[in-house]
Amino acid sequence: MSNESKGSLMSSSRWLVVIAFAVALALGVAACGSSSDSETGSGGSSSGGGEVSGEIAGAGSTAQQAAQEAWIAEFENANSGATISYDPVGSGGGREQFLSGGVAYAGSDAALSTEEGELEKAEKRCAPGELIEVPDYISPIAIIYNLPGVEELKLSPETLAKIFAQEITSWNDPAIAKDNSGVDLPDTRITPVNRSDESGTTENFTEYLSEVVPSVWKFEVSGDWPVKGGEAASGTSGVVEAVSAGEGTIGYADASQAGELSSAQVKVGSEWAEPTPEAAAKVLEESPLDKELSPGKYTFAYQLDRKTESEGTYPIVLTSYLIACTKYGSASEAEAVKAYAEYVISPEGQELAAEQAGSAPLSPALTKKVMPAVEAIAAG
Amino acid sequence: MASVDTTTNAGQLLAAASGGRRRLGDRVFSRTAVLAAVTILALLAGVAIFLLSEGYPALTAAASELPEGKTFLDYVAPLAFGTVLAAALAALIAVPLAVAAALFITHVAPPRMALTLGYLVDLLAAIPSIIYGLWGIFVLGPKMVPVMKWLEAKLGFIPFFDGPASVTGRTMLVAGLVLAVMILPIVSAVAREAFAQTPRRLREGAQALGATRWETIRMTVLPFGRSSVISGAMLGLGRALGETMAVTIILSVSGAVTFNLISQANPSTIAANIALDFPESSGLAINALIATGLVLFAITLITNMGARWIIARQEGE
Repeated sequence: MSNESKGSLMSSSRWLVVIAFAVALALGVAACGSSSDSETGSGGSSSGGGEVSGEIAGAGSTAQQAAQEAWIAEFENANSGATISYDPVGSGGGREQFLSGGVAYAGSDAALSTEEGELEKAEKRCAPGELIEVPDYISPIAIIYNLPGVEELKLSPETLAKIFAQEITSWNDPAIAKDNSGVDLPDTRITPVNRSDESGTTENFTEYLSEVVPSVWKFEVSGDWPVKGGEAASGTSGVVEAVSAGEGTIGYADASQAGELSSAQVKVGSEWAEPTPEAAAKVLEESPLDKELSPGKYTFAYQLDRKTESEGTYPIVLTSYLIACTKYGSASEAEAVKAYAEYVISPEGQELAAEQAGSAPLSPALTKKVMPAVEAIAAG
Repeated sequence: MASVDTTTNAGQLLAAASGGRRRLGDRVFSRTAVLAAVTILALLAGVAIFLLSEGYPALTAAASELPEGKTFLDYVAPLAFGTVLAAALAALIAVPLAVAAALFITHVAPPRMALTLGYLVDLLAAIPSIIYGLWGIFVLGPKMVPVMKWLEAKLGFIPFFDGPASVTGRTMLVAGLVLAVMILPIVSAVAREAFAQTPRRLREGAQALGATRWETIRMTVLPFGRSSVISGAMLGLGRALGETMAVTIILSVSGAVTFNLISQANPSTIAANIALDFPESSGLAINALIATGLVLFAITLITNMGARWIIARQEGE
């Protein structure tokens, strides 16, 4: 009996050794590995009741997250055999994963650049097919402010840049008063609020400032806010919360998230423009393609016309792109990407994003222009 | 089999069995203990290796390739400053409060009340840090705005309260206060355990000599618990150094290196900076973030070793 119990105890101590090895092994793997590739889109397994089946993975911009989630839910509803996933790892991460073949499509707040051969690598990744890059998400960026008693505020680009560069520090500054005659501006200190995390919203806003008023805005265009000493908050919700909390604050945020806060009107040409979806979509419609960044017939990288002076446009917008290929490894994968991309670009898809994420739907003319790109996706 | 057992010499059997079992038990125990110790070391080494190997590219990269176009040292210095400032502020506020609370619970309060109070202080540790963060921006921050305005007006000559006071309350002072509340339970729990173990004869001796309650505490309880209070403070400091979520949500960061605690321009902390920048980073920027993690690891290690050294010196006296 004692032998028996001894035996079982021995084996349990042997188990401990096994566990020890397992732990050591796991540690070794954890120490060496840093792989973060997500599952490659694999071919469809069973055909469901819907039209399309298959499993595809996408990754990228956090700005697109809400829209992507809405699209995926609707798309999977209509195509019960399809499984789409979108990992909001950030635009840079999404592009990286797309280039390495980790994901079937990417969402990015910036078009693929020629820096570090990104565009070239993307074309190589899609060979023998072609690279597709189409705008799928446009969102106006509102200038939100919190100044009790001031319901309407008009800001010229120059004043706007000076406020965010911390050159104008008081609300009753003559530069602001000049454009707001009849408004009783208090002498409250201006607290500009910016994003503390790296973001596409910041990048688009600073790009607007540096293109329209380069004499005032001398900072580099980047996703990281360049001016030191302002109030900073993390995420769109953080900026909105900070602007709401303090008196005399002004910030920039996705227009759909502005909530109760008032948005300033920005001078475009001789008009005062408000951040409406229509005005945002119109800017893109009037913008030329960036020739260098749009080498193929299916790449539509826009050179946003921030300096536009035409009526009814609002040039402070964020444009996000859908990046994909015309050919994929398996027919079912290509079919799924095609169906999904078509849905995203379609008026229904854009309408859904407008409802769920507050984006500006692509104009009919633009949809017509970019639709052939996603229709070109074919099984290879 | 049972009948055989009963017929043999029961005493001998018992001795042999228990002796055998003890030897086996000892072996199992010692191996388990060694394994546990080795696992902890391996974990620590694994983390250090990961930080080193992933951070190395950023440490050797040229300034132009790194985020913000600065050398790694210039990049990490304001972050390290902010990390240490926030943690030090938290410890400065929390430690006296925690020691006082521990003294009250162990030596002043009636037993039943002490029990409830101790339980409530421990409960503070169970609140997730994101809740503290939200409480910081929605409740404490706005409430602190008038206080900070007052500090700027009355004590503005002290560099800490130089102002201009933030209008939203997302300042280093508020972040420090929230961190202080977060580390309060751990510092207090360690101090409480130590104070409760003050030998009764010491206290009674002091009282017999005519010492008042405060004198008794000062002469017996505090010296007895001193090393524990220090190690508790260091544990708390360690938590404050690495705290991410609450600082990320509360602090308005703009990279400034300043001792001004009440303005909108604050240095970020290493952990908060990683949380803020990681999602949109790629390539070398990620290596740079991991390398800042290595710096945080080093700061924490140095803090803990410093604490050990202080305790060892005290015990030597």
